[in-house]
Amino acid sequence: MKKLPGGILPSQITPREVFLDRRSLLTGALASGAAAFLPAVHAENGSPLPRLTCTLNSKYSVREQPTSYEYVTGYNNFYEFGTDKGDPKENAGTLRPKPWSVTIAGEAEKTGTFNLEDILRPHPLEERIYRLRCVEAWSMVIPWVGFPLGDLIKRFSPTSRAKYVEFTTLYDTRQMPGERYPILSWPYIEGLRMDEAMNPLTLMVVGLYGSVLPNQDGAPLRLVVPWKYGFKGIKSIVKITFTQAQPRNTWAVATPNEYGFYANVNPHVDHPRWSQATERVIGKGLFARQPTLMFNGYENEVAYLYRGMDLRRYF
Amino acid sequence: MNVEQRYRYLYKPIVFAACLVPAVLLSLGTVGVLLQSSGSAGAAANALASILGPDPVAKLLHSCGKTALNLILITLLVTPVRQLTGFTHLVRLRRMLGLFAFFYAALHFTIYIVLDRGMDWHSIVKDITKRPYITIGFTALVILIPLALTSTNRMMRRLGRRWQKLHRLIYVTAILGVWHYYWQVKRDVRLPLLYAFMLALLLGYRLVKEWRARRRLPSKPRVGPSLRPSESD
Repeated sequence: MKKLPGGILPSQITPREVFLDRRSLLTGALASGAAAFLPAVHAENGSPLPRLTCTLNSKYSVREQPTSYEYVTGYNNFYEFGTDKGDPKENAGTLRPKPWSVTIAGEAEKTGTFNLEDILRPHPLEERIYRLRCVEAWSMVIPWVGFPLGDLIKRFSPTSRAKYVEFTTLYDTRQMPGERYPILSWPYIEGLRMDEAMNPLTLMVVGLYGSVLPNQDGAPLRLVVPWKYGFKGIKSIVKITFTQAQPRNTWAVATPNEYGFYANVNPHVDHPRWSQATERVIGKGLFARQPTLMFNGYENEVAYLYRGMDLRRYF
Repeated sequence: MNVEQRYRYLYKPIVFAACLVPAVLLSLGTVGVLLQSSGSAGAAANALASILGPDPVAKLLHSCGKTALNLILITLLVTPVRQLTGFTHLVRLRRMLGLFAFFYAALHFTIYIVLDRGMDWHSIVKDITKRPYITIGFTALVILIPLALTSTNRMMRRLGRRWQKLHRLIYVTAILGVWHYYWQVKRDVRLPLLYAFMLALLLGYRLVKEWRARRRLPSKPRVGPSLRPSESD
């Protein structure tokens, strides 16, 4: 076990953002105490999937009206089930999200393969209403159900050599027929810098609209990083690896001039083929274009992560 | 009915109606979305709006572009089908198909200007000048304008042989149009490649035909006194 000078374990150090944010941590603790008895506000009775017990975290929720359950579950990108945005809903029936196991690997003290139930057990679930901005210039507002990725990471005690977290989607062409076509290099890989992963906004998601995640939205376990473009939110995760080197995320490998590792929502840095200054809000009709916000509106929470970085270069 | 009448009273109206189907469906969808936005979301409004789905502007934009491209390819199909099947009268439908292609291309561009860009002229000019796939799409549309303007009988007569030369520009528009589609797609280029393949067949047919015609008639009579002995006698 690697020890830092002074005999402190790397995992015992308070994450930087928590330290910097200790005042709001206190008020947050008070607020969550008050919110502990509230049920999920945005429950969807039309969902055929089991309900989840969770509490609304209003500190990390936006006030906007969520996009309808129909659109959240019927219009998204999940190339493992086809490249049309209606395909995932149509084809994701072949995925078997139960039983499911997740492998934790790499630069951590505790590694191995675990049943999903064991991964999830210690974590109380929260409902968080986040904006989602797709790199294709459309956006939604989604009430997710999950828990902070940072809480999960701490349990596995990453070492000081863990600079990044890499995620891998299931690779199984019978369950995911889209993986038969070499449109992307399968399995899908995504990654975060360690401090991004530890940011309290970064969410491991198991449900939406108060119920279990539908297959097409990344069942049974997915990532949501609300200040980044949607493709960073890797779905149906089977492996989490702590790495020293920056993960080679799938889209950045496929088209390096168009998609980068960071993929922070940024209205000032255009995609080579289209402007990112504005976005079409799904479900808001024909004149639904609105300005895109820096870091998708989460600037106060995450701007410190990128201070001094050239965001044109690290797009 | 003779052939003339069948085309005038039967085939042309049918093709006309068929070409209008996408526009009618998209209009109904638009009405549905507008009704929903105005707050009167009844079952009928929802059913109509479902034609356009969750991202209505993208759907309108892509449907019009795709229909324009389909019609350009169908227009290019007329000549080969005529020559291979002997249904020479098919050419009577070609002008209508070409004009509908122009109609959908213009609609595609209008939707881009008004709904996609919200008439933000600064970003439109930037798109057209800086983004290659938009530059070539715009060029393809601009080329169609003189073709549409010279599609009348009067212009055909007036331009004579030059008319056909001018209208060969449709090949350029077709190539740029398919290229525009190919470049616009994010990653899955299977469908754009299918379009490119179909276009290659249509243009390849013409090239082969031209090449054969030239080879078969190497001693095509040239204009000049030495080749016209009958006159010199």
